[in-house]
Amino acid sequence: MIEYLNSIQNSLIYKNFFLVLSGLDNTILLLLISLPLGFVLALLFALGRVSKIALLSRTIASYIFVIRGTPLLVQIYLIYFGLGSVKFIRESFLWYALKEPFWCGVIALTINTVAYGAEIFRGGIQSIEKSQVESGLSLGFGKFLLLRKIILPIAIRKVLPSYGNELILMVKATSLVSLTTYMEMTGIARKIMAKTFAPVEAFIAAGILYLFLNFLMVQFVKYLEWKYNPHLRLNN
Amino acid sequence: MFKFDKLVFGDAGWGDEFLIATLMTLLVSILSMGLGLFLAIITVWAKIIQNRITRFIANFYTTVIRGVPELLVIYLIFFGGNAVVMSIAKVFGYNKYIELNALTIATIAIAVISATYSSEVLRASYLAISKGQIEAARALGMNKFSIFFKVISPQVIRHALPGIGNVWQITLKDTSLISVTGLVEIMRQSRISSNVEHSPLTFLITAAILYLCLTTISGRVFKTLEVNYSKGFST
Repeated sequence: MIEYLNSIQNSLIYKNFFLVLSGLDNTILLLLISLPLGFVLALLFALGRVSKIALLSRTIASYIFVIRGTPLLVQIYLIYFGLGSVKFIRESFLWYALKEPFWCGVIALTINTVAYGAEIFRGGIQSIEKSQVESGLSLGFGKFLLLRKIILPIAIRKVLPSYGNELILMVKATSLVSLTTYMEMTGIARKIMAKTFAPVEAFIAAGILYLFLNFLMVQFVKYLEWKYNPHLRLNN
Repeated sequence: MFKFDKLVFGDAGWGDEFLIATLMTLLVSILSMGLGLFLAIITVWAKIIQNRITRFIANFYTTVIRGVPELLVIYLIFFGGNAVVMSIAKVFGYNKYIELNALTIATIAIAVISATYSSEVLRASYLAISKGQIEAARALGMNKFSIFFKVISPQVIRHALPGIGNVWQITLKDTSLISVTGLVEIMRQSRISSNVEHSPLTFLITAAILYLCLTTISGRVFKTLEVNYSKGFST
């Protein structure tokens, strides 16, 4: 048994683990830019979606429809291979960002999460009771103050569980950026696999790290839920 | 920049290739959705019977697969699947090299992923059935088999249809990841065509439109099914 534990297969997982770990910062970098950006833009898009300006609302609705109806892989490829093949983009300033697989990944992930996030926040905003808004108005709140003090806080804390789901989907979605030669955890695992012909060991190492990352994300969302729902806490 | 004239049918264009690729995407989605539902039923059964071990295994399976990127699962099954099948074959004394074809691997990989989502939907809708229904069926002397098919399944289907519709959309979009294994579905076809014609934008937009059509049409189908199955459902 102990001999088995010390066998080469086992140490391969151990070695791979640290190799894959060196890609963790690249994965986190993708998330660190695309998630906050996606959050802010999703809020703006959700507000545009529920606004009374028909053109704005219609445009955002069709944007959401297109992004949610196509796979993320298509979007990543469209930005990385598609836009790169257009001549005037290659000559413009956009090329500084689009020639890097990293920025292509960030743009694609942001575009994707904004569509899903906007739909989630729209649900939250529309589920706010009218009386809340009316009481705000009766206190003399302006439009902006109403948004900042009443609508957004209530909407966001209501949709935190489903937005947390979307965040976990985003953590998983970063693995697709590896298909544009960006070396994050999945890309490294794939390279290890090609070198050692030991697929299971390479991908299990990556899988453990992704599970850990998602575990942290779940805890973070749980903390936010606890923090912003003081009225639902059992004690005090 | 655009070469949409290359999308004609016949030898001059890629129209027929894309048609076949679309059918392949649909085939993989339907097969893996079916297999996924079957796996999901087993998973739900393992979770609801009062057995610690099966419940642990089922929970472990759904948690791990849902916490790991789909691409990783596909890589694992694509590169590791052959070795597993060969080692099983070795037990039965078959030592030659076995290679599973791409469609089988694709179906299994997507099914394993989609089953975790389906199982959550099915479990929630099973729990939504009131206990009185099953007790009433038992009081009428129905056996387990007919309780499952005549009382539980119709109600589970009714409750689960909207959720299953969502899972179907996810499954349909996940099949695009299968392109990394070399199976020629929409995504792979668009990469092949754009490499030949040097016009990625054309064929990637084609792929996006095809996926959009598939998701929209199947969304409609599920709406119709929902209306159909909720007949006589007082809400």
